[in-house]
Amino acid sequence: MEYITPFIPALAEAFLLVMVCAILLIDAFLPDEKRWVTYALTMATLFGCFLITGFTDWRGEIYTFSGMFVADPLANMLKLWIYLTVAIVLVYSQAYIRARDMFRGEFFVLALFSTLGMMVMVSANHMLTLYLGLELMSLSLYAMIALQRDSATATEAAMKYFVLGALSSGMLLYGMSMLYGATGTLELTRMAEVIASNDADSTILMFALVFVVAGLGFKLSAVPFHMWVPDVYQGAPTAVTLFIGSAPKLAGFAFLLRLLVIGLGAEYLVAQWQWMLIIMAVLSLAIGNITAIAQSNLKRMLAYSTISHSGFLLLGVLAGGNGGYASAMFYVIVYVLMTLGTFGMILLMSRAGFEADKLDDFKGLNARSPWYAFLMLLLMFSMAGLPPAVGFYAKLSVLWAVVDAGFVWLAVLAVLFSLIGAFYYLRIVKLMYFDEPVDRSPITPTVSMRWVMGANGLSMLVLGILPGGLMALCEYSIVLSLR
Amino acid sequence: METVILSLVIWVPIVAGLLVLAAGETRPQVARVLALLGSLAGLAVAVPLWTGFDRSSGDFQFVELKPWIDTFNVNYHLGIDGMSLLLILLNCLTTVLVVIAGWDVIKQRVSQYMAAFLILSGLMNGVFCALDALLFYVFFEATLIPMFIIIGVWGGPNRVYAAVKFFLYTLMGSLLTLIALIYLYNAANGSFSLFDLYEVQLPLSVQVPIFIAFMVAFAVKVPMWPVHTWLPDAHVEAPTGGSVVLAAVMLKLGGYGFLRLSLPIVPDASHELAGFVIALSLIAVVYIGLVALVQADMKKLIAYSSISHMGFVTLGIFIFSAQGVEGAILQMISHGFISGAMFLCVGVMYDRMHSRMIADYGGVANKMPVFAALFMFFAMANSGLPGTSGFVGEWLVILATMQVNFWYAALAASTLIFGAAYTLWMYKRVVFGAIVNPHVAELTDLNGREMLVLGVLAIAVLMMGLWPAPLGEVLHESVNEILRLATPGRKLLIGM
Repeated sequence: MEYITPFIPALAEAFLLVMVCAILLIDAFLPDEKRWVTYALTMATLFGCFLITGFTDWRGEIYTFSGMFVADPLANMLKLWIYLTVAIVLVYSQAYIRARDMFRGEFFVLALFSTLGMMVMVSANHMLTLYLGLELMSLSLYAMIALQRDSATATEAAMKYFVLGALSSGMLLYGMSMLYGATGTLELTRMAEVIASNDADSTILMFALVFVVAGLGFKLSAVPFHMWVPDVYQGAPTAVTLFIGSAPKLAGFAFLLRLLVIGLGAEYLVAQWQWMLIIMAVLSLAIGNITAIAQSNLKRMLAYSTISHSGFLLLGVLAGGNGGYASAMFYVIVYVLMTLGTFGMILLMSRAGFEADKLDDFKGLNARSPWYAFLMLLLMFSMAGLPPAVGFYAKLSVLWAVVDAGFVWLAVLAVLFSLIGAFYYLRIVKLMYFDEPVDRSPITPTVSMRWVMGANGLSMLVLGILPGGLMALCEYSIVLSLR
Repeated sequence: METVILSLVIWVPIVAGLLVLAAGETRPQVARVLALLGSLAGLAVAVPLWTGFDRSSGDFQFVELKPWIDTFNVNYHLGIDGMSLLLILLNCLTTVLVVIAGWDVIKQRVSQYMAAFLILSGLMNGVFCALDALLFYVFFEATLIPMFIIIGVWGGPNRVYAAVKFFLYTLMGSLLTLIALIYLYNAANGSFSLFDLYEVQLPLSVQVPIFIAFMVAFAVKVPMWPVHTWLPDAHVEAPTGGSVVLAAVMLKLGGYGFLRLSLPIVPDASHELAGFVIALSLIAVVYIGLVALVQADMKKLIAYSSISHMGFVTLGIFIFSAQGVEGAILQMISHGFISGAMFLCVGVMYDRMHSRMIADYGGVANKMPVFAALFMFFAMANSGLPGTSGFVGEWLVILATMQVNFWYAALAASTLIFGAAYTLWMYKRVVFGAIVNPHVAELTDLNGREMLVLGVLAIAVLMMGLWPAPLGEVLHESVNEILRLATPGRKLLIGM
């Protein structure tokens, strides 16, 4: 029994791992026309994880594996969103990967492994676990991008992502090793105690901080560590871009929170990383929003939009306090929902031999299908942060935290850049509604995609009219986890 | 007992709009009938507001209060005073007229057209009802989306430029307001309720930036010189219905914002900067009046005339006297009727000739005598003829201004000359004279539908001009309350 008890808080991870191994085996014996079994099993696994995490004890922090792993409301909440996100990604991807000969076991197994990595990251209370989770997630993602072996752009994207990812991991590791040198521990809560008791050398801590923040900047695609984002987003198959752009953001947010806030949350360190994040946030908002205007490829435009959204996310974190972290969490969840919707729409309009990733491919969508044009309109206005779409409340809650922390000038800058940002989202609406369609072929999504897409798009409006519940949930999980 | 009338006023048009949208493009006639019923229902639910309104009180009435976002103490808080009441009624009436006016003029995407107007109408009612600053902001911003679509989809040749310009201009204005509101939220210890914001003590050094942030938003909306340039573009390119709603109701959001937020929340800054606003208003009245004189495009001319008339609204507001503010509100209502009617008149001609250029017309009276008569009436009202609604508001504002400064009043009164000049000159060139253009010879007079729409507006303009007392009754106490809140020094925090 004593061997089993430590696993109970990590039951969802254990279950997922067992299932992945099983799927790997089963898939090897399936003929090609029965590949849907793999898909169904993957979905079932995610659903199982959802139930396990949903029914665990939500009241407090449970540490296990000698403090390397923690199950707290923050982790549980983010995990639920990760399952949901991955499931939606798979529903959206189905038709796309079928048409491109990527509907194979590897896709699903890699997606699940990547999910496992994210779960470990979200629950990590130790730099080793954090790093393990990060690498598990990233390595699976590199492989997923390169899954389309014959595509030159995909290979290039995978290469670029891999090299820069490895570089950033190196920086992160270097920073972590310095932290270990200064504090003598790798456990985050323990490290915070050592720093608080002034036993650590502050010069080394500062050095470590710079490396850690730079590494995080890469993972969160913040300027000046953003170079890989546009190329990878554009080069990867859209289904994989959707995956990279959605669930890992949730894990990245947890990573940021665990490392900077829990581990390096001492007051004099906060004053340091707060300014690093301010610079990164402002640059991300500026470069992301301005460069996005010049793009003609929708995926590339969304990549720059991601960069600007990272800036907003950083604003929430640097504002600090439970309000700031809760606002950042709300922001990242809403952001993931929006990304799912917009990339989902690209997948929905693509078909065999046609990617639908140019801006012009959206011309006259309203004439072809008013319903999907309406959903895309909601998504775009949500991205732009216009009420009554939920994106407005995400921006609002971050601005709230920023003004509350005394950075009124930052809030003013942020809204000015959102105004610039509004232009390129507006352009998509313009293309869909004001222009005549070039391509008049009917849009024929699968039944499941049609329903999920509808729910995803309408969630922008529903959450926008009633944002209170999700906001309260974020607040609740932050307050209980970060005390 | 809690009333739900205001919720109905907001949501009936929006739900009706969604139903129309659901009717789809394949059955345009169904969409039209549904839209008409929806807009009539929207007007019907607003009637109890007029009958049940307590004219002896300046408090907010028909109040509804429900928690909305608990985490941030934001409430779904509605209520109206006399000013909101009149604007809501104006909005509901305009929506019905716009639906009728677009009945067979709009042939493409009928259901989307009708739905956009219905949803817009509900959202604007929301702005006029909101007593929570965030709720106000949400409705205020949300109105941009349907109007953007209306201009961009059913507009003229340069519609994309106009729609994007309209959207970005107004968004720029309102984003700074958002920051100001968040700041006020903190200053009021975490409340967005207007009642709490009305009582926050603020030093002048804070009031001034907040006033400026509000002003950017509302000045763009009114629009005041020099941020008016989006309006001529938007009006010219918008379809007739879009121009009507834009001029009749949407511009009023700006004036309403000044009275509902700027004056009561930052009274000292408002007084401090009143001279500046008055100067801009007078520039609008005089300079834009002159600009209107030289326009070759009828819609552009009326757009400039709108800016000039809205100058009276801001002028009246920043005189800070009961007469001035009341005049400003009456001017808003009257401008709603008259400019709406003027745009409809141009629309009537445009539908037949597909030209808005004055030079293409001449001699219309020979072929469309009934139309010429109605157009004449509205042109007179637009130039402020006594006996029409156009006179009431302008007269009150000039009177109030005269008590403050003779020269301000003299400049403002010049509009009676310029207004008459540009409106009647345009009228003369279009309606009188010999028929030069062969197309004019083929014109047919108003049909029943157009007659109905213009007739209703003519009656409204005439009634308001001859007997404005009922409107005044509704406004007196509300205006006094606004002015009490706008007393300088009431909430000035000294020593910071």
